[in-house]
Amino acid sequence: MSKSNMNPAITRRNFIASASAAAGSLVLSFHVPFAQAQEAKPEINAWVVVKPDDSVVIRIARAEMGQGTLTGLAQMVAEELECNWAKVSTEHPTPGQSLARKRVWGNFNATGSRGIRESNDYVRKGGAAARMMLVQAAAEAWGVPAAECVAANSIITHKASGRKTSYGKVAEAAARITPPEAASIVLKDPKNWRLIGKRMARLDTAGKTTGAQNYGVDFKLPGLLNAAIRDCPVFGGTVKSFNAAAVEGRPGVRQVVQVGTSAVAVVADTWWRAKAAVEALPIDWDLGPNSQVSSNSIREILKAGLDAKEAVVGSSKGDAPAVLASASRKIEAVYSYPLLSHAPLEPMNATARWTPERCEVWAPTQNAEATLAATVEASGLAATKCDVYQLYLGGGFGRRARNDFVTQAVLIAKALPGIPIKLIWSREEDMTHGFFHPVTQCKLSAALDEKGNVSAMHMRISGQSILATVAPHVIKNGKDPVVFQGLEPSGNREGALGYDFPNLLIDHAMRNPHVPAGFWRGVNLNQNAIYMECFIDELAHAAGQDPLAFRRKLMANSPQHLAVLNAVAKNAGWDKPAPKGVFRGLAQTMGFGSYVAACAEVSVSNDGWLKIHRIVAATDPGHAVNIQQIEAQVEGSFVYGLSAALYGEITVSNGAVMQKNFDTYPVMRLHEMPKVETTVLSSGGFWGGVGEPTIAVAAPAVLNAIFAATGKRIRDLPLKHHSLKRT
Amino acid sequence: MAQLNVNGQVREFEAEPDTPLLWVLREQLELTGTKYGCGISKCGACTVHIDGVPTRSCQRPVNSITTREKIITIEGLSKNGTHPVQKAWVKLDVPQCGYCQSGMIMAAAALLKTRPNPSDADIDAAMTNICRCGTYNRIRAAIKVAASGGKTKAAGLAIQHADGSTT
Repeated sequence: MSKSNMNPAITRRNFIASASAAAGSLVLSFHVPFAQAQEAKPEINAWVVVKPDDSVVIRIARAEMGQGTLTGLAQMVAEELECNWAKVSTEHPTPGQSLARKRVWGNFNATGSRGIRESNDYVRKGGAAARMMLVQAAAEAWGVPAAECVAANSIITHKASGRKTSYGKVAEAAARITPPEAASIVLKDPKNWRLIGKRMARLDTAGKTTGAQNYGVDFKLPGLLNAAIRDCPVFGGTVKSFNAAAVEGRPGVRQVVQVGTSAVAVVADTWWRAKAAVEALPIDWDLGPNSQVSSNSIREILKAGLDAKEAVVGSSKGDAPAVLASASRKIEAVYSYPLLSHAPLEPMNATARWTPERCEVWAPTQNAEATLAATVEASGLAATKCDVYQLYLGGGFGRRARNDFVTQAVLIAKALPGIPIKLIWSREEDMTHGFFHPVTQCKLSAALDEKGNVSAMHMRISGQSILATVAPHVIKNGKDPVVFQGLEPSGNREGALGYDFPNLLIDHAMRNPHVPAGFWRGVNLNQNAIYMECFIDELAHAAGQDPLAFRRKLMANSPQHLAVLNAVAKNAGWDKPAPKGVFRGLAQTMGFGSYVAACAEVSVSNDGWLKIHRIVAATDPGHAVNIQQIEAQVEGSFVYGLSAALYGEITVSNGAVMQKNFDTYPVMRLHEMPKVETTVLSSGGFWGGVGEPTIAVAAPAVLNAIFAATGKRIRDLPLKHHSLKRT
Repeated sequence: MAQLNVNGQVREFEAEPDTPLLWVLREQLELTGTKYGCGISKCGACTVHIDGVPTRSCQRPVNSITTREKIITIEGLSKNGTHPVQKAWVKLDVPQCGYCQSGMIMAAAALLKTRPNPSDADIDAAMTNICRCGTYNRIRAAIKVAASGGKTKAAGLAIQHADGSTT
């Protein structure tokens, strides 16, 4: 496959490493006096441009794909800038500009729910530094100490004299002032925030209601041609030959181009003509070494890993195997989780223009710096001769953290120098050539003592490593640390297991099929929470205890985990009976730095129809930047997580993905959507992500409720394969 | 030259007769607000109105449509986004990535024309488009806001807008 011979991860690592070495730390970069004279519009610093009419442009490096980071980051800069929120707009710098300025905007990556939590400090300091410079400029003009002046709502006031001026009036002068030392920047006390923590409207809504918002697929340039592509249906296969003459005479077709070793593209005046031609193009494939692989063969390989002697330890305490071996009561269960497609509604696409002197890419990407690295590699040009302009994303969910489609677009553009080429994948190409949610199985074994307490727990995960596909250099001694998301020891800030077992072993037998894996919204937390939360429910049932009380006993040392669980129990009315015929299930986990929990209420009819009535959710991200958008992310997480739980499954036959479109890869629709009641606990003191963690509690809460309703334990997904009919 | 009546104008274009309406709108007529999601009428991102009927344009060949049939796309739904559905969408911050929302808005506008006060069951039946971000509950709430003449309080979202208003 083309993906295997273009490993951008390696390139990116070298690229970022050299860029970082040149830059020094991000905080230090605020010392750099920026090149003010280059810009017609006064740039106060890298984050803030103030125009004469007091309008403010805030620069945002991270991608916006619906998750609301654009607005959240703007709120944080504006909070410290003390500007008029009604006159704020945003723009994306390019990674090329960032490199030329010693990576002043830091990381562009919008994966791992990191947009806000990993840049909160330096974007707020960027806003604060700009405010200090604007105030200083006003003070100098008045000949008074800056300490005697205050700023609010883009107005600077000299308290003693009552003189006032506006940001727009002093912006030119402020742009010439030496930026403050990092140590002198004091951020506001959270209790004085007026934008952070509020229910602010998004900055990017209006254009999405009129058709005016342009996405990657909508991008236009004069002379632009369109490309459609077919990559070998089996990963690892290659193109043997193709008959270009069969389609070259079709209307609008300009060129047929082999792309790498495994794909062929047709370039035409319109995309519809390019797509029709590429589908009509006779291609002879060498399907390569994987053409016999099937979902069954993958399942057998993973199954063997459940009892394999060799496994990499993720977490260990006491001697769980010994206690289990001598346990009088042992509970065991095997779960599994399938491959999944990201299926963002906008298919993969990128526009590239290549000349021997310069290569430019316009792409909806979750990480413009990684896109630049892929562009550099595919173009054969130096980084200084390339740049990437990030376009709006029609969904990302982790798929657009990869740049395989960018590499393809650049390679096609290279075959037609000077002509902008927009490559759009068909839905079929998109669904069959993903970086899929990893496939895993899990065997859980627990020892229960005579009081129903868990004396030992062994969780054996067998299956696919994401890093083995996307960043193999990160795997050390066979360990992919991302496998253990949400299962880390107590105190881990990313995702600690909230249960305290006296003896615990969590280990991983890595088994990688040929299907590439990728970061899929929620990542490994998704299946880890299903495995642990459903099994805990099984143990509570085996011990004859209430699932909430059973969890609470194990969570005495995890008060923040317990707080969100208690919140959903209280809000759902766990201590009172559910409405007649309605049954409840619980789940909690920690991931991406946040604590989340859910209580699902379901009913199952006699003939097996499942209805999810209500989900009560709680999330504690520490500092909550925009609560109405956190609620939107929590609701959306249930759609993403429940779509997977109910229907999601990519299967493999003869080495190829069988699902090609939404007819065979169904997702949840509006009529199935439960009522969602979300509580945001802003406990403060830390910054957690909100786009992903809640996905992980969606499925186990519903599965546990289904057990309560039917007595049936669903241990392998999706649910569509199981009958819930009463027997 | 073939012709279509789009957003109140008869537009001329050249395309193979079996080209789907979606691609003539997007490529020949440069109306890119209507989106491609699946190409098989499953996702609804390509929804437009033909004589008021919500239609998935990705599977409708252009040669099956005459200029007597009036096509309205998201760009022609209103001037400056002033249709009650568009206004409700803005007030409740419905879109996340927004890619499906042109189709959602067109489906909702068609629903409200035939059923000005839709029940939940009406909304369930009419709103079959896919949203991968998961905006379904806000879509339902916004349809009710539009049906009520713009009363946003019942949605309970208390969103603070840049102009100082709260919805």
